[in-house]
Amino acid sequence: MTVELTTRRVLANHLGRPKTLAEHEADFGPINRLAISIDVLRESGITGRGGAAFPTAKKVEFLLQQRRATRYVVVNAMEGEPAAHKDRMLLASNPHLVLDGAMVLANLLNADSVVVCIARDHVTTIAHVKAAIAQRGGRRLQGPSFEVQSPPGRYVAGEESALVHWLNSNETLPQYRPTRPSLLQIGRGGVLLDNAETHANIGLIARHGGEWFRSVGTASRPGTTITSITGNGKALVVEVPYGTPIRSILSGAGIDYAPRALLLGGYGGTWLDGKHLDVGFDDDSLRPFGAGTGAGVIMALPPQSCGVAECARIVEYMAKESARQCGPCAFGLPAMAEDLKALASGRNAAQSLSRLSSRSDVIEGRGACRHPDGVIRFVRTALSVFAEDFNQHAAGHPCQFALSPRVSYIPHQSDVKDLEWE
Amino acid sequence: MRRTVTFRIVVDPIRCDGFGHCAELAPELVTLDEWGYPIVQAEPFPQSDHELHRSAQLAVRGCPRQALTLQKIIAAQS
Ligand code: SF4
Ligand code: SF4
Repeated sequence: MTVELTTRRVLANHLGRPKTLAEHEADFGPINRLAISIDVLRESGITGRGGAAFPTAKKVEFLLQQRRATRYVVVNAMEGEPAAHKDRMLLASNPHLVLDGAMVLANLLNADSVVVCIARDHVTTIAHVKAAIAQRGGRRLQGPSFEVQSPPGRYVAGEESALVHWLNSNETLPQYRPTRPSLLQIGRGGVLLDNAETHANIGLIARHGGEWFRSVGTASRPGTTITSITGNGKALVVEVPYGTPIRSILSGAGIDYAPRALLLGGYGGTWLDGKHLDVGFDDDSLRPFGAGTGAGVIMALPPQSCGVAECARIVEYMAKESARQCGPCAFGLPAMAEDLKALASGRNAAQSLSRLSSRSDVIEGRGACRHPDGVIRFVRTALSVFAEDFNQHAAGHPCQFALSPRVSYIPHQSDVKDLEWE
Repeated sequence: MRRTVTFRIVVDPIRCDGFGHCAELAPELVTLDEWGYPIVQAEPFPQSDHELHRSAQLAVRGCPRQALTLQKIIAAQS
């Protein structure tokens, strides 16, 4: 993994290892008396970096309205998305910046504890964060206590209700939440949960203010995004302002081919045709194309790749990652994966294409969490971006890219029948 | 100012086990997908439709998993 820095903010002065507290303070300034007010937070306009892009100030206000004796701040660094690696990169370079953000938010909310959640297979990241917490312990700072929790690293484990459910009951299962906004709770305490990158940015806003934060990025999505890029057989991380044209992000990351298509946001994200390289990487610019930034992922599909085969791989993975609590997700996603498999192989594929869209319509919106909706978004955009390929495959014509190497990375999933949901 | 009251059924997909009693109790409002799980009519029905309201109540009370709720939607119109 390499880093290419274009706008150095949360990844500033990358050393290739986690900075110590002393190095961190030399770079960013002291952590004593660091604080943020709700006004500064609001002025900054910061939105969540985990995919939902919800304004952080609104979350904090909502929580402040709920009278709670206890409050918790949770840092979500689960990063269950296989195409994303930005949170790990951030915690391996500026872990203290993330802790700073969590600390000032905890003080704003009067919360006594901060819980950093890192998937248990990310052992190095856990070690980095524990070391950083230990360094701060020597300071006798006023403020929250810090702890690390490491739930199993499943795709849906980072979904906010699943994560909070883990903290309550040791099960990473998403919860049914019919009304929004819904209050997340640990015991009877209210929870503010944000992505690690959001916390790091708040660590900077506390130092430089809201206006500084807004000086790059777009009006609706100010600031930078750490983007995880997959392409050229490599995984890279680039920090760029929101709104940067995709073409410059790719060239900054050293991707020298003209991609056929781009997968944006993650495996529950959206496909964008490779001809739209000059579109800015922010949700307002991408919306007309039915796409979005999601968790800040760009996968650049090389010209000689089969869109159908890539989709089949990814949807099969996503179907196996269903928490299998809800019928439409537990049965519907495997059925869609079967359709795609048939299409990819070109055998018995005639009905699969129309069934894929009708099944998408039937399943949409019927899970307790957004996992199935992510897959459906992925499939629908794939059907339009790779329309040509899909028709060829459905008609049983041989695929010209059948022998091309597959690009999407699929994590090892232990035998699905034995999958244990803790 | 006029208040319009409508109702719709919502499913808790985690509780629902897909045996489909609801589709028998309220066939006008609930159909089943190919795996046997309920698809409820998204369009709310008016309070004045007593027959639909009755079926909806039957389904809600008859669901063995208590997965259904009758949601009351109050919209103020000026
Ligand atoms: S929608 Fe799927 S992933 Fe989400 S809770 Fe239901 S079964 Fe689990
Ligand atoms: S009766 Fe209840 S549990 Fe059975 S299918 Fe209908 S909603 Fe699901």
